[in-house]
Amino acid sequence: MSTLELINLQKRYQNGYEAVPGLDLEVRDGEFLVLVGPSGCGKSTVLRMVAGLEDISGGDMLIDGVRVNDMGPQQRDIAMVFQSYALYPNMTVGENIGFAMKLRKTDKAVMATKVAEVAALLELDKVLDRKPGQLSGGQRQRVAMGRAIVREPKLFLMDEPLSNLDAKLRVQTRAEISRLQRRLNITTMYVTHDQVEAMTMGDRVAVLRRGYLMQCATPQELYHTPDNLFVGQFIGSPSMNVVRAEVVEGTGGLPALTVGSQTIQLDDAALAQLPGVRGMIGRSVAFGMRPEVLGDEGTSSIDVDVELVEMLGAELLVHATIDAPSVKQTDEGVEIGESNTSMIVASMDARIRVNAASRMSLTLDTSRIHLFDLVTGDAIGKAKVDVG
Amino acid sequence: MASTISTPVDATVGAKGGAQGGVQGGVLAGVNGPNKPPDLTPRGSKIAKNLSSKKGSIIVWLIAALWTVPTFGLLVSSFRPETQIKTSGWWFFFSDPSVTLDNYRGVLDNKVGGQPFTEFFLNSIKITVPGAVIPIFLAAFAAYAFSWMKFWGRDWIFVGVVALMVVPLQMTLIPLLRFFNSDFFPDKANGIPAIWLAHSIFAMPLAIFLLKNFIGSLPSEVIEAARVDGASHMVIFMRIVLPLSVPALASIGIFQFLWVWNDLLVAKVFGGGAKNQPMTFAMVDMVGSKGNEWQLLTAGAFVTMIVPLIVFLSLQRFFVRGLLAGSVKG
Amino acid sequence: MIEIFKTFVTVALGLGAFLAVMVGLYWLASQLPEPWRDRARVMVFVGPALVLLVGGLILPSLYTGRLSLFTGPNANKWYGFGNFRELFTDSDNLIVLRNTVWWVILVTLASTVIGITIARLADRMRGEPYAKALIFLPTAISMVGAGVIWNFVYATKGNDPDKQYGLLTWLWLKAEPILPGKQDPHYWLQDREFFGFHSSFLPGLNTLFMIVVIVWIQAGFATVVISAAMKGVPDDLVEAAKIDGATDRQSFFRIVLPYVKGTIITVATTTLIAVLKVFDIVQTMGKGGQFATSTLANDMYQRSFPLSQPGYGAALAVILFVAVVPIVYVNAKNQRNIREGR
Repeated sequence: MSTLELINLQKRYQNGYEAVPGLDLEVRDGEFLVLVGPSGCGKSTVLRMVAGLEDISGGDMLIDGVRVNDMGPQQRDIAMVFQSYALYPNMTVGENIGFAMKLRKTDKAVMATKVAEVAALLELDKVLDRKPGQLSGGQRQRVAMGRAIVREPKLFLMDEPLSNLDAKLRVQTRAEISRLQRRLNITTMYVTHDQVEAMTMGDRVAVLRRGYLMQCATPQELYHTPDNLFVGQFIGSPSMNVVRAEVVEGTGGLPALTVGSQTIQLDDAALAQLPGVRGMIGRSVAFGMRPEVLGDEGTSSIDVDVELVEMLGAELLVHATIDAPSVKQTDEGVEIGESNTSMIVASMDARIRVNAASRMSLTLDTSRIHLFDLVTGDAIGKAKVDVG
Repeated sequence: MASTISTPVDATVGAKGGAQGGVQGGVLAGVNGPNKPPDLTPRGSKIAKNLSSKKGSIIVWLIAALWTVPTFGLLVSSFRPETQIKTSGWWFFFSDPSVTLDNYRGVLDNKVGGQPFTEFFLNSIKITVPGAVIPIFLAAFAAYAFSWMKFWGRDWIFVGVVALMVVPLQMTLIPLLRFFNSDFFPDKANGIPAIWLAHSIFAMPLAIFLLKNFIGSLPSEVIEAARVDGASHMVIFMRIVLPLSVPALASIGIFQFLWVWNDLLVAKVFGGGAKNQPMTFAMVDMVGSKGNEWQLLTAGAFVTMIVPLIVFLSLQRFFVRGLLAGSVKG
Repeated sequence: MIEIFKTFVTVALGLGAFLAVMVGLYWLASQLPEPWRDRARVMVFVGPALVLLVGGLILPSLYTGRLSLFTGPNANKWYGFGNFRELFTDSDNLIVLRNTVWWVILVTLASTVIGITIARLADRMRGEPYAKALIFLPTAISMVGAGVIWNFVYATKGNDPDKQYGLLTWLWLKAEPILPGKQDPHYWLQDREFFGFHSSFLPGLNTLFMIVVIVWIQAGFATVVISAAMKGVPDDLVEAAKIDGATDRQSFFRIVLPYVKGTIITVATTTLIAVLKVFDIVQTMGKGGQFATSTLANDMYQRSFPLSQPGYGAALAVILFVAVVPIVYVNAKNQRNIREGR
């Protein structure tokens, strides 16, 4: 039953490197907030600052409205699950789980019941007397969880707790952690580099890049209305196709997009989503299409050269080239590809037959496209959408 | 293959401790027979290896034999009667075997500086056990601070400590001796604490260096987890770091034990009279005063060797483990 | 027996008391107000060690450095750099320096090479742990004990081959039919010439025989440490080299040796520093450095104590110190390279 507020939180290292230039973020009571971003984006640094393991260079951190900047980790009443689990190798599972209580001089009987409860919850009751070295990866992960749960802390902090599990176990544990968090209703901050994990687990997801918060929103919002090119490309798999396009005046004075040698007319439905485009005529933009928007229903279409077709069972991935340069957002800024052609991916119904090395026309729903500024990467003319 | 063995530490942290674990595993596999990992080499390559290394193993055993002959000679001599020792080489023992314990009896009855030999044996123990234990624990505390506590100038002070390895102990003998004989030192009548202190001082730089390598390479997340759990530095040190550092403490402790037990110089300079002296002193005295009574020297030498040999043989698998941490690329 | 028991009880109690005092001090430190609390806690951890180091090594070293500029039995007569001048000009003193240089070079080289050789040849051999334990055994033996042991190798007594109890002497005399020339009984540890060749640069035969003893003691350490490091070389690295066409020999010299280079340098440094301090062997086998066998460390003891020339002894200590500095510097750099190369 707690909240966490970060106000202009900063982290500077002694060599002058600014890991976090200034971050504002709020985690609401009982919320599951996921911090996601590529490696080096500062997400772990933020988490470690919240834990009290890393000094805060500037700004404020409030837990339940109390400033905790100068408190050590032991005073903040938080629990943390580490990437490596960080189990105490010299203690048994039971001792691991009970260590924090023992340090707080909890009554032995109380401690024993609590450890037993948690062990039962996590199905660890049969291995309580084993040392961590004798456990499987999944069991170790659960011990780490148990060590955090048993404390009933104000905040749960998790640092990529699934990255050491194999794919199948990861999916399973993902669901387990979500369920556990809802059940215990403890405010949680979760760090991962895996956008699938972020999307599936978080009530809200905060996307970080080089210490800057790019967007913090629900998974749906992030997916459908990314604030900028970086979020658009980071969230979603396969990721959004982005090519350069020019906004021109099309039929009836309505804006249209020139992509390479083709023109895509924007209709009223599209303009309702992207009202800002009207003022952009004559300018270049980054034009984003999610793979599933291509080849689905739609009023417009785009011609491509198919290079490769991947059959995934339920869907078909069509890799094709288009005669417009690609655009992506890197740490240096927005980057336009040097080549005049680029690869795009369409995800289609598996029943459609597509031949490699053929030219085909992909339908395109223009009301589901994204436009970004070519210099700043910010979304252009985005209307607030209610996601159905 | 060796790297498949996991130490308790790297077993829980996976990749992080892996590199170091590999090295330790290697030592285990090498020195400690029973803990050998399953041999996963494909059979073909193993056969090839065996054929090509046949010559090699002959050379190794030859060197091993050469290395053992002198000690073996001493062992044999120590059981031969006085007259035989003085008139023929120990290798004639096998053509004319006669065994006696007189030499050992002679050593035990022998008096050096008015003291029986057994007194020196006790002195050796009194000097060695604390002389090995005290510096290791002091160094462990310091190594923890250099690894996991934050303080001003930490890295520079550590570099300074390591640099002190350079100081030859000879350089400090005279001033230290004057200090121990001054009024500042409370116990100048009894030289044994002075010996402990001197050994602790001389052991400190290397022990801190080696222990810092080990303690500093413990997975940081385990230490952090303990801090999040609410543990203070003292609790982390006592409950987590010390138990995890047993291999390193043991190996460095054994080395320090051997070094103190076998030391002559420090005891000779700081110990004062014969009553505080270890067995090495008694041996040198016997070499000097009874240079011709080789039957006593053989038995005496063997008595001085027994304890280190037992310590060494029973604990040799610990030996290199702690010493290697951090110094080996892997 | 009761004495031993008492000793152990005392040690256990002492250790318990020591830990209790540390915990108590830490608790006291934790009661202090904030800016002092952390500093006091750090002091509890590093304080005792630093006190020992400053009081036991740094201050005495400075004192010794000062002492080296004085002369006389109480070292109270100013002498400037006189001690050092003597050290580098007097012919007897130059012999000490010469010996020390040979000790350092030969022992370090031989121990390391033997260590590498055995580590390589014994790797995965049957009975490997036992062979290595035998070679490691002398490490546990005191130099005084080693002196007695090797006496049964080097001792010479009269002319009669069958009365010899020194193994080497006996073999030497018995080998007369095989070797050219007449085999006279030889007093190995008194032969200050280099195989009958008199030179002021080469070490005496007696020094060489003492060096053998130290190599005998040190080689086991080198073997075990290098062997452990070699076992840390990932198998797939060596296998990759073999698939690329490297022979056993090539993969050893090009892959394994470079991989364990850091360990080898560490071993060599450790050995080297140990050798510079060699004292006991010269005391027992060289009878305190007679027959031109003295070394820096031995001479330092002889001058400071039996000969009552503490000023000169201090000068020798300073030279020892100066000799070790560059070696440790190289080693520290090596360590850092390894860490950064990770």
